[in-house]
Amino acid sequence: MNTNKVIQVKELTKVFGDFTAVNAITFDVEKGEIFGFLGANGAGKTTAMKMLIGISNPTSGKATVAGFDVFTNAEDIKKNIGYMSQKFALYDDLTVKENITFFGGIYGLSRKRIKEKAAILIKELGLENVANKLVGSLPLGWKQKLSFSVSLIHDPKIVFLDEPTGGVDPITRRQFWELIYKASHQGITVFVTTHYMDEAEYCDRVSIMVNGKIEALDTPKKLKEQFKVDTMNDVFLKLARG
Amino acid sequence: MKRFIGFIKKEFYHIFRDRRSLFILFGMPIAQILLFGFAITNEINNVDIAILDHSKDATTKEIINKMASSKYFSIHQFIEKESDIEAVFKKGKVKAVLNFEKGFSENLIKENYANIQVITDATDPNTANTISNYVNAILQNYLKEQNKSSVQVYQIVPQTHMVYNPELKSVYMFVPGVMTIILMLVSAMMTSISITREKELGTMEILLVSPLKPIQVIVGKVFPYIFLSIINAIVIIVLSIFIFKMPVQGSLFLLGMESVLFIITALALGILISTISATQQTAMMISLMGLMLPVILLSGFIFPITSMPLPLQIISNIIPAKWFIIIIKGIMLKGVGLQYVWKETLILLGMAVFFIGLSVKKYKIRLE
Repeated sequence: MNTNKVIQVKELTKVFGDFTAVNAITFDVEKGEIFGFLGANGAGKTTAMKMLIGISNPTSGKATVAGFDVFTNAEDIKKNIGYMSQKFALYDDLTVKENITFFGGIYGLSRKRIKEKAAILIKELGLENVANKLVGSLPLGWKQKLSFSVSLIHDPKIVFLDEPTGGVDPITRRQFWELIYKASHQGITVFVTTHYMDEAEYCDRVSIMVNGKIEALDTPKKLKEQFKVDTMNDVFLKLARG
Repeated sequence: MKRFIGFIKKEFYHIFRDRRSLFILFGMPIAQILLFGFAITNEINNVDIAILDHSKDATTKEIINKMASSKYFSIHQFIEKESDIEAVFKKGKVKAVLNFEKGFSENLIKENYANIQVITDATDPNTANTISNYVNAILQNYLKEQNKSSVQVYQIVPQTHMVYNPELKSVYMFVPGVMTIILMLVSAMMTSISITREKELGTMEILLVSPLKPIQVIVGKVFPYIFLSIINAIVIIVLSIFIFKMPVQGSLFLLGMESVLFIITALALGILISTISATQQTAMMISLMGLMLPVILLSGFIFPITSMPLPLQIISNIIPAKWFIIIIKGIMLKGVGLQYVWKETLILLGMAVFFIGLSVKKYKIRLE
């Protein structure tokens, strides 16, 4: 097995009754890569992602994440990945510090390590003044950055982001992507779903899912050349409209 | 284990920072027990009555004095004619009128027979019934005293004994019921709401992606409520012992254990509800309609099960609260031990196991 490939997926399929949500998708993701996982709503992105993070059992196919099989070692996968969902998912009625402590705790970090991590994280995000304030009182953009940092608290090999920038302004989105780049530079693989096509341009490689299948997979530059268009948005429209 | 403690700490933050949950957890039990204990009662005390005495002789005076000196009645006014009866009732203060016939004493001595008319305001039928029973009791008592000297032949004297609650205090009946309602409410409703809340906020997904096992998540969510329910049970028992002088004849330990068993059954129901409802509102509605109503109506807490129509009697068997009320009434009032309530305990245990099994199964399906 190629150790540089942290996610390997082959013919992965998920069937709900008569409906094939994910239809035999195949792709690899390399270490440190920012992998954009694109598709319209209902194309099967979230279902595919849920299989990779171990909360949904695939119907057939093969997949390994961080070297562990999704069928047999889902529990080991969970220790090695971070996850941030499209819903903002920290506790509003806990303070910034308490949230960090809680999530550090459920990933089994020692108390000392949590303290160190919390200090670094709060400093990096510039949250010193609000560290003891309830998360519910923070603006959405701050919450999302905090949520991302918390998903990295246990130094995972891969972080899965499910539409992380939904509903925030362009400036905050830009800042958010800076955090993603930083994580990527530290060697963390980033697997991100989005439907903002400008964000697709920031990815190292993107795959585009249409009706449960991956219809295109390459670097943004090559995809634009292949479809003879100027933006990822046009690539997407061409694919989605068939 | 450390993860688990962190989780529980977080649950307590949720509970203590939410005024609504705090109120339901601590305000409600105390308010309910005091309400049921003091306000809602079947007993009568100092009921205002009016007297229409056509005789005004020694006997009627004696009877009136007896009425007035009992703590149940106080004489509000004396009226002079029949037509006043309606008027005093309409004013609303007087709940009963005693109408002594003319020549009461004479009739009693000469003919061994005299009439009192007892008119009660039956806009509240229960109170009216109770009043007329109390009046009767006082009259019987008076007669008995008078007849002590004279010899009576052929007399049947029923010697009624009300055991286990000789003073017929309604609080003895309400405490077990209220305790059951509150434990059900706190355990089932609060847990189902707190679990669905995580689903609604999307944090449940994060927890499931973490290395925590689903079972750890669930146990972590319900543990604080087990703890708080036990505290509630203790508060209720202490209140009822010290404020209402409710006896606990049986073993406190057994009472505690049975309460824990009931709490666990209710928690399992709460988990089950949370697996079938997507939002907090749904969870609350299902808990209220599906659990609270049957507990209040079909558990035998307020309405006796034996006087229900047969289908309802059969349905009442599947309500855990029914069995719990039988058990705690037995322990608190009759002082029975496990040898008398083992059957009910076993049924409750069976229900707990069944609901836990079902909710674990449901929970797993949901994860697919």
